[in-house]
Formats: sequence, C-alpha cells, structure tokens
Amino acid sequence: MTRLRYVYAVCRPFRTPLQAQLTGVAGAPAALLHHHGLVAVVSTVPEADFCEEALKAHLEDLDWLAATARAHQGVVDALTTVTTPLPLRLATVFRDDSALRSMIEAREDDFRRLLDRLDGRVEWGVKVYLEPEPEPAEAEPVAAARPASGRDYLRSRRERSHAQEERWQRAERFAHSLHGRLAERAEDVRLHRPQNSAISGTPGQNVLNAAYLVPRAHSEEFVELVDRTKDEAPGIRVELTGPWAAYSFSGEASGAQDGAEAGAESGVHTGAESGEGPGVGR
Amino acid sequence: MTTPNRFPEPYYGGQGSGANLADILERVLDKGVVIAGDIRINLLDIELLTVKLRLIVASVDKAKEMGIDWWETDPALSSRARRDELARENAELRERLARLEELEPGRAPKEAP
Repeated sequence: MTRLRYVYAVCRPFRTPLQAQLTGVAGAPAALLHHHGLVAVVSTVPEADFCEEALKAHLEDLDWLAATARAHQGVVDALTTVTTPLPLRLATVFRDDSALRSMIEAREDDFRRLLDRLDGRVEWGVKVYLEPEPEPAEAEPVAAARPASGRDYLRSRRERSHAQEERWQRAERFAHSLHGRLAERAEDVRLHRPQNSAISGTPGQNVLNAAYLVPRAHSEEFVELVDRTKDEAPGIRVELTGPWAAYSFSGEASGAQDGAEAGAESGVHTGAESGEGPGVGR
Repeated sequence: MTTPNRFPEPYYGGQGSGANLADILERVLDKGVVIAGDIRINLLDIELLTVKLRLIVASVDKAKEMGIDWWETDPALSSRARRDELARENAELRERLARLEELEPGRAPKEAP
C-alpha cells in the first residue's frame, strides 16, 4: 500500500523528547523530520484514505472528521507541552519526505517569522454564553399566566420579549467589557463566529467566542482573570479552553502584525479571518 | 474549574473542560497554517463545509434529537445522500435511455460483431 506523509506542525528543534506512544491520525506514530534548522512533525498515512478522492469523501463523514481532528489536535497538543509549534491546517499531506523538504525550503522564511512571533505564547479560548432563560417559577398561579384579554396577551408578550432583549444586551455588555479586559492582557486577539449553541449541545446562547494570544509566563494570571469574572454576572456563563497551540494566530503571515497592534489596543478584531463581533450569535 | 498551579495544564479534555468538538474543528479546519500539500484539497470546499459543519458538528445526536437532520439529505454533506442521488439519477437515465431505444429501435447501440 502506498504511504503518504501527513504533517501536523512545524517547529524549531526541541530537546524534550515527545511522549513515546504519541500516535497521530490513522493511529500511526508521530515522527520528526529535521530540515534546514526546522522540524516537521509527521506521520505516515495510507494513500487509500488520504488521496484526493478519499479525503474529499472522508471530510464529509462526521465521524471520520471528528476522529481525525482529535488525532491532529492530540499531536499538536503534545507538541505544545515541549515547544511552540506552528500548527498546520488539518489534512496537509505530501507524497514523500523529499516533497516535504522542498515545501520547508520554499516556506522557511514564513515559518521562521511566525515561529519568532509565537515563541513562548499560547492561545486561550474564551466563550461567553447567555444562560437559557430560567423556567417560570412553578408557584406562579396559572391564572396569572393566562391573559384575560387580547390586549393583556399582547402586553405580556411584549414584556417577555423586552425582558429577553434586556438579558441579551446585558450579556453583550458583559462580553464586551470582559473582552476588553482580556485583550489588555493578550498580545493579540481574534474574534471567532459564535457557535450555534442550540445544536452544539452547549446550553445558552454563545455571545462571545474569542481567542487570545498570551505569553506562557502570563498565562496563569490570564486564567485567574477569567476565573474571577465567572461569578460577576448572573445568567451569564464564561468558558475557558486552552492552552491551545496558537492556531488562531498562525494564519496569513501578512496582516498578522497589524492585527497584533490594533487588536491589543482596541480589542477590535482586524485579522483577515474575520469572525463576527459579539452579539451576532442569535 | 481549577486554576493550574503549574503551566501548562490543559483545560480541554480534562474535568470541567469547556472545549467541545466544535472548538477543535474550528481550529484545525479553519485556522492554522495553510500549506498546499501534494494532495490538493479545495479549501474553499472545506470552508463551505465548515460553515455548515459549524452548525452540526458539535453534537449530531443532539441535533437529530431535535429533528434537525437536513444534512443527511444534502448531497454536499452526506455521502449517503450523494449515493442516493447518484442511484436516483442513474435509474432516471436508464429509464430515459430505454424510452429512447423504444422510440428509435434502429439507433439503439449495437454490440460490434
């Protein structure tokens, strides 16, 4: 069976050995390929599953996609504990080592620039949710819930939607203020599209879905800051994920610098991979 | 959630983890360095896919519970739907071919002797 090379990440050489049993996609062990002072983290995958046709079909198979994404992330995650990896997008595949070496030669300047910029930094994900509306108290008399007239009905409906609007605005204000405070502690920020929580199985509405680039040395502080905000606002939930490899900051090398400055100062996303701002998740 | 004493202590995958599959896919499909490998995947296709996936990946079962299953019949998202569609199209073409052959028996394809 023909074998292909799957690449997870590019790093600078690192001393700490990878965990012995680190397996990547399709269960193959991850290996290192050194070239031009850089390291590509690779594994071997069967062509039958990773040729163009097969890959196209697989990417539409949610189970396959989920398993592959987790395996990809697993390797990148392991790298994050020993170095600062430049994570590649899922399913970056080469015919053989020599094709991979050529790619490294072609892109080495980009890689070095990005690696310098990300060195010693990790990504933290912060999501803010507006919790589902509390169920009406059971003690509430049934009569009160039943409108006496059409006018009463319209009024109570208006009040309900007004209350909902207020809750939403409060969540947006909270998300905005939290984002501002976190952005101050981050070197760069990215706003991702809010996740569709109704279907994601996560309760509540996702108001803010953001990524922050934070030096490792300041991460503990950053995490504490997020933790402290958790009980600040009733009806609002804050979720922290990470530390991730700096996926959200490994995109287009050009424009990344602008994003770093403008993002950190104003808390406004300026990167090319534009998510929408807080508040578009409903 | 606990505060890590020592760095790094991953939050995802651990207790009280906030990272779901959507978080992972969001990153591995949408972010990260883009390199054109030897196996060309149309990123535009993938991005289109992820826009739709974003809606459904995190919990397919949950979505199904809610009666949201449109992707199962969307050929762009479901290989089963695509197979069904191919089969349907195939049957339709066969039928049309048969009709044409009936209409013009003389022009029906003949095996070479």
